[in-house]
Amino acid sequence: MTASDTTSPILRARALHQSYGQTQALRGIDVDVHRGEVLAVMGPSGSGKSTLLHCLAGVIAPDQGTVTYTPSGGDALEISALNEPKRSRLRLSEFGFVFQFGQLLPELTALDNVSIPLLLGRTKRAEALHRSGELLDRLGLDGMGAKLPGELSGGQAQRVAVARALVTNPAVLFADEPTGSLDSLASENVLTLMLELVREVGTTVVMITHDARTAAYADREVMVRDGVIGAGYRVSS
Amino acid sequence: MNNSLTLLGLLSRQPSYGYDLKHSYDRYFGMGKPLAFGQVYSTLARMIRDELIRALGEETGAGPDRKKYEITGAGHERVREWLFTPDVPSETLQSNLFAKTVIALLIDDDADRLLDLQRAEHMTRMRELTRLKKDADLLQVLICDHGLFHIEADLRWIELTSARLTQLKKELQSA
Ligand SMILES: Nc1ncnc2c1ncn2[C@@H]1O[C@H](COP(=O)(O)OP(=O)(O)O)[C@@H](O)[C@H]1O
Ligand SMILES: [Mg+2]
Repeated sequence: MTASDTTSPILRARALHQSYGQTQALRGIDVDVHRGEVLAVMGPSGSGKSTLLHCLAGVIAPDQGTVTYTPSGGDALEISALNEPKRSRLRLSEFGFVFQFGQLLPELTALDNVSIPLLLGRTKRAEALHRSGELLDRLGLDGMGAKLPGELSGGQAQRVAVARALVTNPAVLFADEPTGSLDSLASENVLTLMLELVREVGTTVVMITHDARTAAYADREVMVRDGVIGAGYRVSS
Repeated sequence: MNNSLTLLGLLSRQPSYGYDLKHSYDRYFGMGKPLAFGQVYSTLARMIRDELIRALGEETGAGPDRKKYEITGAGHERVREWLFTPDVPSETLQSNLFAKTVIALLIDDDADRLLDLQRAEHMTRMRELTRLKKDADLLQVLICDHGLFHIEADLRWIELTSARLTQLKKELQSA
């Protein structure tokens, strides 16, 4: 175990392999995610981006290879060696998630949707609602807290999802095609507000996108092709 | 972008001093690359020669910056001709990249890497333009978007070519 310093990557993946039956989704991936950066993971559909994200976030443990998470001021932790209950606890306390669609509970208001992770983490309800409301304001959704997801536009719903992912102040935000179902203008709006917020707090972001204009909001990109990192994007060590 | 015709277009709104024209230009089109005064005045001189503009009543002993310029009928026509003649899509970058890709395959070098490096370069430029948009006014945003969409088109070509490299190599070697 090595204690973290500011230069050590917050996430380090080495030699990741993952197969589904005959399909080799990952075929030896090495990636470093630097502390505080916004990293775009690009690549064609089916290239293994989501599988890579699931490994990095401890949603799955890879068939082979290691994922090491080093929290700020904490010890390095090999996520890939943890069992599911431990990974699940880690995800809840350290990570936030945004997906392409269908993440909001349709029968709950925007405000209640955002506060769920806090309530699961045993924050008092009044406090949870207060913090959720503040975050909705920051994402340009003032006055929308009482709306149901069905009453929101696609862009508004994605911003609620972003608020929910960030409300616990996670160390890493994982976003899988967060604007994949939005038009250009709504997409820009979501990205701008989301990244302004994470950059202010210093949250590390791993964002999957096949869209170059979306990736251009990141600090850096890596390219996944056929389950390996593209030739021009490999880490040297 | 055609600087002369852009200046002529700006001048077609109303008679102006060279100084004011330069500032209009910089405001709408300068984006980190303002026009030099020298370039403005040499362009104006050429347009006078070509009878697209004329200088209005000079002040005594005045240099070029004390003259007011006005567009002529021929100038107006020239502007309209420019506006309504579509441009040939630029293909220079693409053809050079195409040549490099083919050569890399022919000499058995790493075409994948070449395309990835080009992609990284394109992405760097896209990030710059995206950053510029952040605090820009709507005019600047439009210019950045124009650049972004163009670079994106190149990237799509790079993407498709990456996916076709194996096949392309086979065809080149059997040709
Ligand atoms: N749970 C799964 N079961 C079976 N095959 C899967 C599963 N997840 C992904 N795959 C396959 O693995 C490959 C990579 O998928 P994925 O990581 O989702 O790619 P991407 O996100 O880049 O589109 C694809 O061929 C996909 O069909
Ligand atoms: Mg995916």
